[in-house]
Amino acid sequence: MSGGLTLREVVVTYPRGEAGGTPLTAVNGVSFTLASGEILGLVGESGCGKSTLGRAILGLVPLAGGAIHWQGRRIDSLTRRAFRSIRSELQLVFQDPDACLDPRMTIAESVAEPLRSLAPGLLPAARIERVNEILAEVGLPASLAGRYPHQLSGGQLQRAVIARALVVDPRFVVCDEPVSALDVSIQGQIVNLIGRTRRDRGLACLFISHNLAVVASLAERVLVMYRGRIVESGARQPLLGSPLHPYTRLLIDSVPGADPARARTLLARHAVPAVRMPVAAPAGCPFVTRCALAVDRCRTLMPPLRDFGHGRQVACHRADEWRDGLPTSLPA
Amino acid sequence: MTGGLWREAFVQLRAERLAMACAALLAVLAVTAIAGPPLLGYRADEIDWAHMAVPPLEAAGHWLGTDRLGRDLLVRTLHGLRVSLAIALAATLVALVIGVAWGALAGYKRGRIDAWMMRLVDVLYSLPQVFFVIILTVVFGRSPSTILVAIGAFGWLTMARIVRGQALALRERDFVEAAVVGGASTMRIVWRHIIPNLMGPVIVYATLTLPQVILVESFLSFLGIGIQEPLASLGNLIADGAAEMETAPWMLVVPAACLMLVVFCFNFLGDSLRDALDPRDR
Amino acid sequence: MTAMLQVRGLTVDFSGARPHRAVDGIDLSLAPRERLAIVGESGSGKSQFLLACVGLLAANGRAAGSVRFDGNELLDGAEAAARVRGTGIGFVFQDAGGSLTPHRRIGDQLVEVALARPGTSKPDAAGAAVDMLGRVRLPEPAGILARYPHELSGGMRQRVAIALALVARPRVLFADEPTTALDVTVQAELMALLAELCEVLGMALVLVTHDLGVVAALADRIAVMYAGRIVEEGTASSLLSQPAHPYTAGLLAAIPTLAGATGGELATIAGQPPAPGTAFAGCRFEPRCPRAAEPCRAIDPPLEARGSGRVACHFPAEPGRAP
Repeated sequence: MSGGLTLREVVVTYPRGEAGGTPLTAVNGVSFTLASGEILGLVGESGCGKSTLGRAILGLVPLAGGAIHWQGRRIDSLTRRAFRSIRSELQLVFQDPDACLDPRMTIAESVAEPLRSLAPGLLPAARIERVNEILAEVGLPASLAGRYPHQLSGGQLQRAVIARALVVDPRFVVCDEPVSALDVSIQGQIVNLIGRTRRDRGLACLFISHNLAVVASLAERVLVMYRGRIVESGARQPLLGSPLHPYTRLLIDSVPGADPARARTLLARHAVPAVRMPVAAPAGCPFVTRCALAVDRCRTLMPPLRDFGHGRQVACHRADEWRDGLPTSLPA
Repeated sequence: MTGGLWREAFVQLRAERLAMACAALLAVLAVTAIAGPPLLGYRADEIDWAHMAVPPLEAAGHWLGTDRLGRDLLVRTLHGLRVSLAIALAATLVALVIGVAWGALAGYKRGRIDAWMMRLVDVLYSLPQVFFVIILTVVFGRSPSTILVAIGAFGWLTMARIVRGQALALRERDFVEAAVVGGASTMRIVWRHIIPNLMGPVIVYATLTLPQVILVESFLSFLGIGIQEPLASLGNLIADGAAEMETAPWMLVVPAACLMLVVFCFNFLGDSLRDALDPRDR
Repeated sequence: MTAMLQVRGLTVDFSGARPHRAVDGIDLSLAPRERLAIVGESGSGKSQFLLACVGLLAANGRAAGSVRFDGNELLDGAEAAARVRGTGIGFVFQDAGGSLTPHRRIGDQLVEVALARPGTSKPDAAGAAVDMLGRVRLPEPAGILARYPHELSGGMRQRVAIALALVARPRVLFADEPTTALDVTVQAELMALLAELCEVLGMALVLVTHDLGVVAALADRIAVMYAGRIVEEGTASSLLSQPAHPYTAGLLAAIPTLAGATGGELATIAGQPPAPGTAFAGCRFEPRCPRAAEPCRAIDPPLEARGSGRVACHFPAEPGRAP
């Protein structure tokens, strides 16, 4: 399918240290399509592989299996040099703005850098003008252009990072936890900025976060990821209103809310689990160790991702039992 | 390249009084070494038959005395300082350029390129420097440029090792990944991101390499395989002085004191530079 | 009821390259077993306040005022604060896992702190260490004693850091941004753990965070800090349901909720917090305040009692009406 991004059974592994042995599988068979101009949310905890997936799409880590297509062309097997020809179309907004800006370059220099590599024909004057345009678009005052990263606040830095991603006029942007390192009060500004810019430019976007509320505020379609696999996907409202996978239910329950009464009941219900020792993934469903609804079948058989109609998919053996969504009186 | 950050470091360095004193002293010594001898009236090889082996301040015009051939010691020491400093600066510069380029590329590329590049460094490291110098001087004669090549051929090795270590750490930083996403080529990343971010430790190491090179050259000249008479270097001056230690101690004290002063100043300056360039203190 | 911890007029000043006042006059009290949350953005001075109370400020910081713990003045020199750390006040740092010494076994670190409690023998200390590791819900506590920090995962290291803060059975736990950079699921688990520990160990809690939503369930009282001062303080239920100060209202509205996830824009507080040391003539929040009027620019509103709490605002919201 041309015009967008297609992932088919993507697998990414990391070698497991010096001791050898089986490599660690970070992404274990993920497939989805993203149409041009669409925004897709990807939610999951740290270590579930969502960041690795974002990096794999941008050619920063190699695939161990599966394929990635962009606008009808296969891009996962491109060399670094060959990938450069499409770099201006695919961009990335990083999580930690402080770390992804070179501390020895001014903001203006950092934002201008992709232009130097990908638009070498651009004259310096035109380049400066383009940088100023972008800085205005993301709401950074021109006075900050000559400053260094350590002189800016977290919110301002993240705006600079977004500016750098947009300066080459991409068609698709991966936003990898763009607000997780920011104060809650600033997160809204950046989320709104991303939403607005995306709409104005008609960008396709993969928005990754561990906070379901943040993802849901921007994305109309949401993918829920756990231990390298998609466990549920669907349109925002039905997914939030009637979740079909126990992990989605857990994520919904974990969103910090400002209603003390509801929060206290959730707190009481959150019987504190012991911290899990890092163990090898069980043969069955990866969520079985935390799932209150697990049955024997869950321990031995990996649940496949099945269609439930209306674009909804769930990977759970028992999902048929609660077609109207999991009840809220679920023990944690 | 970095404008504001270097300026901040410089400001902090200026506040360190002892470091500034060292820098000033080095500047004075350098200027004196270049401009002094013509002003003092004696040439380095000029023999004053009337005042041979005269202690300091005894004969008019010979502030620090003369050696056993009647040559003015102050002028000869300044000449020696000139030669030693010139060789040290040139050799350090060579070490810097080759070492940084080599180490940065090896550290960033990793894999086979890194392995081969560092293997070469390891091989060269295991060669005995002194024998190498001797062979070179036998083949090419004992001119300052030969000495320079001999020292420079080894000076870049440690720099390359240090730079490679820094580059290995830097390549994992997010802003390097961001540069890749921004379409930058390897050369561009190494030149614009890796090298500027390791210049702090590199400059510090360079200011510490300089005195080491002076000492090596002095040692070689002391052994008689470095700078050749009648050309003066701090090393062969010290050698002459050591021979006359009991009868004309000033012949040893003057060049030795000069050497110690220069080495100390560079070392202290290097330490203070390291403190000033440490971004954590910001 | 006598307060266990009484802070009066606490100020913190930093000297050096950029001298500024980070904390500008804080009055607070904490009762035994009470759970207080201090909420504010980066640069509000909340972490510095916490560090100042236990004498852990950086070398170029100076605390002035009064901090009384059980009647003893903690700002009276380094020993007063040092004596109270661990046994009276436990401290969990922001990078909890990083506060563990990397080259010493976990058991050794725990025992060292446990021995600080007067009258504890070595076997007692070892027992207390195992007990506390179990209380923070770590599996196989006895086995963990022999491990080094790098052998554990990040989540486990954080729990060990909490155990370290509690093993000498302090009367109150100070936690500096414990949930920052954690996943929401882990945040929820951590809050539940802290609530359980406070309950079981009969401890008070002072938790500093930028996330008002995270403390909604856990806190009895909440104090909101802005630019070095407290701008509102009250019981959690009243403050969260009827915030009087526009900043508190803004913080509440900014919390992303699922109910609000309709694709529209998130509510925000315009602008950003002032850099530490910025001088103000009137109210510090005025540049960002939706309700700002003429007196706000000229006169600094004092922190005054209002209902069961305090507010520093010329136009606080009326109770019963929307803020």
